[in-house]
Amino acid sequence: MSGFARRFLRNTGAVAGLMILAAILVVALAAPLLFPDSPWMMVADPLILPFQDGQYPFGTDMLGRDIGAGLAYGARVSLMIGAVSTAVAVLAGIAIGAAAGYHGGWVDDLLMRVTEFFQTIPQLAMAVVLVAILTPSIGSIVAAIAIVSWPPVARLVRGEFLTLREREFVQAAVVIGQHPGRIMLTQILPNAMSPIIITASLMVATAILTESALSFLGLGDRNMMSWGFMIGASRTMLREAPWMSLMPGVAILLTVLAINLIGEGLNDALNPQLRHRGED
Amino acid sequence: MRTMPDHSTSADVAPLLRVRDLTVPLPGGERPYAVRDVSFDIARGEILCIVGESGSGKSISAGAIMGLLPHHLTPERGEILFDGVDLLRLSETEMLARRGRQIGMIFQEPMSALNPTMRIGDQIAEVMAVHGTHPGPARRKRVLDLLDLVGLPDPATLQHVYPFRLSGGQRQRVVIAMALALEPALLIADEPTTALDVTTQAQILALIKRIQARMGMGVMFITHDFGVVADIADRIAVMEKGVLVEQGRATEVLDSPRHPYTRHLIAAVPTGRAVPRGVTVEDAPLLAVRNLIKTYTTSGGPFRPKRVVPAVCDVSFEVRRGEALGIVGESGSGKSTIGKCLLKLQGIDGGEIVFDGQDIAPLSQAAFRPQRRRLQMIFQDPFASLNPRQTVGRILTDGPVAGGEARAEAMARARTLLDLVGLPASALERYPHEFSGGQRQRVGIARALALQPDLIVADESVSALDVSVQAQVLALLKDLQKRLGVALVFITHDLRVAAEVCQRIAVMHRGCLVEYGPSAEVLGASREDYTRRLIEAMPGRAWDARRQPASAA
Amino acid sequence: MSAGSPITGAAPAQAPKATPTLDHTPAQSVLPQRVPSMALARFILAKLVKGVLVVLCVVVVNFFLIRLAPGDPASIMAGESGSSDPNYVAQLRTQFGLDRPLPVQMATYVLGVVRFDWGFSYRMKLPVLQLILDRLPATLLLMGSAFVFSVLLGIFLGVIASRTRYTGRRRWLDSLIVGGALLLYATPLFWLSLLMIVLFSVELGWLPAFGMETVGAGLTGWSRVLDITTHLVLPTVSLGSFYMAMYVRLTRASMLEVMGMDFVRTARAKGVAAPAVIRRHVLRNALLPVVTFSGIQLGQLAGGAVLTETVFGWPGIGRLMFDALMQRDYQLLLGVFLLTSAMVVVFNMLTDVIYRVVDPRIAFEGGR
Repeated sequence: MSGFARRFLRNTGAVAGLMILAAILVVALAAPLLFPDSPWMMVADPLILPFQDGQYPFGTDMLGRDIGAGLAYGARVSLMIGAVSTAVAVLAGIAIGAAAGYHGGWVDDLLMRVTEFFQTIPQLAMAVVLVAILTPSIGSIVAAIAIVSWPPVARLVRGEFLTLREREFVQAAVVIGQHPGRIMLTQILPNAMSPIIITASLMVATAILTESALSFLGLGDRNMMSWGFMIGASRTMLREAPWMSLMPGVAILLTVLAINLIGEGLNDALNPQLRHRGED
Repeated sequence: MRTMPDHSTSADVAPLLRVRDLTVPLPGGERPYAVRDVSFDIARGEILCIVGESGSGKSISAGAIMGLLPHHLTPERGEILFDGVDLLRLSETEMLARRGRQIGMIFQEPMSALNPTMRIGDQIAEVMAVHGTHPGPARRKRVLDLLDLVGLPDPATLQHVYPFRLSGGQRQRVVIAMALALEPALLIADEPTTALDVTTQAQILALIKRIQARMGMGVMFITHDFGVVADIADRIAVMEKGVLVEQGRATEVLDSPRHPYTRHLIAAVPTGRAVPRGVTVEDAPLLAVRNLIKTYTTSGGPFRPKRVVPAVCDVSFEVRRGEALGIVGESGSGKSTIGKCLLKLQGIDGGEIVFDGQDIAPLSQAAFRPQRRRLQMIFQDPFASLNPRQTVGRILTDGPVAGGEARAEAMARARTLLDLVGLPASALERYPHEFSGGQRQRVGIARALALQPDLIVADESVSALDVSVQAQVLALLKDLQKRLGVALVFITHDLRVAAEVCQRIAVMHRGCLVEYGPSAEVLGASREDYTRRLIEAMPGRAWDARRQPASAA
Repeated sequence: MSAGSPITGAAPAQAPKATPTLDHTPAQSVLPQRVPSMALARFILAKLVKGVLVVLCVVVVNFFLIRLAPGDPASIMAGESGSSDPNYVAQLRTQFGLDRPLPVQMATYVLGVVRFDWGFSYRMKLPVLQLILDRLPATLLLMGSAFVFSVLLGIFLGVIASRTRYTGRRRWLDSLIVGGALLLYATPLFWLSLLMIVLFSVELGWLPAFGMETVGAGLTGWSRVLDITTHLVLPTVSLGSFYMAMYVRLTRASMLEVMGMDFVRTARAKGVAAPAVIRRHVLRNALLPVVTFSGIQLGQLAGGAVLTETVFGWPGIGRLMFDALMQRDYQLLLGVFLLTSAMVVVFNMLTDVIYRVVDPRIAFEGGR
């Protein structure tokens, strides 16, 4: 583990990503302290430019809402939806992939056909339709993102299980008489965790992008301020007040970039032998 | 430790290749230098074998000559004089003109050495195109001649084929054709037969020797196999950990090695004679396999027909308590399939596997599980057979715990087991990656023994190990088998190794058992054509015959 | 290879592994056999059947989606509840047999769709299928140009970046390309569109920001083509840039992987110079998986088109989907979803067939 930490921390990009994400996380957690008022509340004159008014350093929008508050509360939504929908998708993917990979035969066939189906249909369109029909809410958004993002995990886990099942140490576990359930849990799954963690970290980033796209299209939760919504709402003011859409976009960009950097750092640190292949 | 190069063959004429004090640092490696102060000569028309175990720096020497070292390895000192020119001082452009034209190279892995998306004729023609030789129709003609030269059938058709259609041996012939296309003065062969079966290896060795003699090339032949060395070398250079420890004429080095490392290596090579041993063997069979059949079926789709490939057809044999049976065959002979079937890691398609009076073939996995402890296995790959995320203690105790034993009790016994296989008790807390290949294989043996089995199946259990480590593990296996009276099914491609360990040998060929009998009979007075071919293909047989009195003493 | 993109959900492209040859392959199997056209026909047929099944599954999913929505299915299909015409709702109820058992309802629905009865958009006063087909060419044009843009530029930059790694020269170029790709990879597509509008339309006034052609200009012939082309630039770049970033990363990873392979060393040992090694040996092997992957991705562009067309007012089915969303016109929404899925299926099928023809190993193995 210390080797892993050392390799991860040697990666400057990953460390930068970790620091950015930590900062965003702190802002998200501290949002109610920093901005006691609701981000929906009209607190000042409309269209205050950024860096003009000390009290509203990020400016206000066309209704006089504090953009800074929107950014902070938006961070809560983005990070929460990213984390929860990924967690759901990863758990579902592991369960389905493990069942398919270990059981094999018709179970594998059936589950893989279903997975392929979900992978074939366009993900963003599917998410849009799901949220629209289930009516937009935090629950339906999380569900929609999870539903469109579990297939890669299932395929990955299945692939890992199929490979690992043939590995000699798993065969050895069969030979010494371990039960299949135990073999899956103690022999196979721990060895499949690295790629799952890497994929999951990248999925969080994508989930945040998808959430922002949904709220941009007006499919966000009406009770929660979101970066995508802020950009969508400021579209009409694009010519007059471009900064309004600029800042939430930078927030999304930074968050997603930070998570991708962390994901790449994890990838390099968890697969040290892969990184050296072909690059030297 | 440095030995002065042997100048006896090159005193009067300048040698084709003269390597002096070649030193390549190894940044971040386990030793400071990949190769250090290496000096040797190769004369025209001479085969120099460079022998050493894995990591001895043999391949890096070859890479330095070709100028094909990876970016992080740069020669620090020394010179490589080829035809009087120091290759280390040449620019990349000047090297390009020599690679393929004056120096050819053959690699270890024929399966991956050819471009999968380019027809083999085009790959051979590319050498000529790059160096601007054989223009026009002469080039095609040359390709056909080369394919014919390396003994491939029907060159006219074959040149249009993609590599994936060829077997390993055939691909290696294509690589050789490419390396020889412009009749280079020097051929570097880096373990060219290691990935091949014995009979294919014999053919490829004969081919290299024949062409070398005809073209008068100098050959630098890198190998770890003393049998191959004995068959092909004019001179030998022995490398250990990046240092060239001994070199000289082939007969001198093989028959009277001076350096302790060379002696140690040579002593570790099995002689290929059946060794009669005092093992008490009962008459009643512990395991009786009757008419075993196993076929593989490739999965078909609704629009694709299934294909059925027979892997084992109608094989019968017996193993008695305390006996070691060797199952010998080339790749694809079905020997490993038999091992997997015995342990019910694979279902069978016919026949009986009677273990201690009970046919275990029809048992379900759950019904068989309580009996598993009596039938254990030692695997091939010491790196893949241990779970990288478990400590050795965990690995050794998982089996007994699955059988209902308490973890603490099993742990106490694991300690004695480690002692038995020659590992310290401190190994219990450590993870597999902290051990060498040989040590891991000892852990694998201890894992099998932890369940006190009656029969152990060892599938190529020493073939991934360096020859000196292999000798130690074999000695351990023999000793344990004798002391514990456990029966052993020893699956291997190497007749020599089988002869060392087993009282009886079964020879497999294309899924069928072609010969089965006491080791001395199978090796010494074989009745079957195929077995004789296999024996004749074993490299270094002439040397074996010379060596016989020494090892008997 | 880097992990697959979760947004697009497709598996990471993998270099196809050489199939192991049995060692005792009979000698005659070495001879090339023409791939029988029968096998190819069977392969295409299999893909076709599979594609049709996937599309049918989407229809079934659509059916259950309507049922999943809170409220009465008929009024959901009709659009925003309350405001829609009660006669129309009643008509829908009889048309889809909503008083009959569920399996019958499903069969009715599926049969209707199969017979190209995709419902009626009450809002737009036109049949759904006609609306979609009217808008399809605009989307195909946008997707096609975004695809070409992203694949060509992505592969080009990926090759450049990996080459600097291989030759060890100008490594800053590699860092620059990789860094840029990483940034684009994290940029929300719709936001990038807005930025480009601000910069290129509002500030610089170089390119039009809205629509597919200048309204009321009445252009014909080449001047119309030119007009459409200028309108196409910003949507193309904004839709294609995310995928371009992905192809840069994929290409680079694939190139680096192939560069480390044994046959590349063989080529170098033959005396082939570095540029020729890359051109003749690395490129083809490295790009095959990238091109396959991009073929699979082509369909996913359809999802991104919703955002791009919305921002740029591009009159395609993505924009149609957004309008349907705004007006809660669910029949239209599901129709667009169905057609988008069908498009993906067709693109995937084409990719499979092309790949099979191009890669000699796949052709021999008879499919994957």
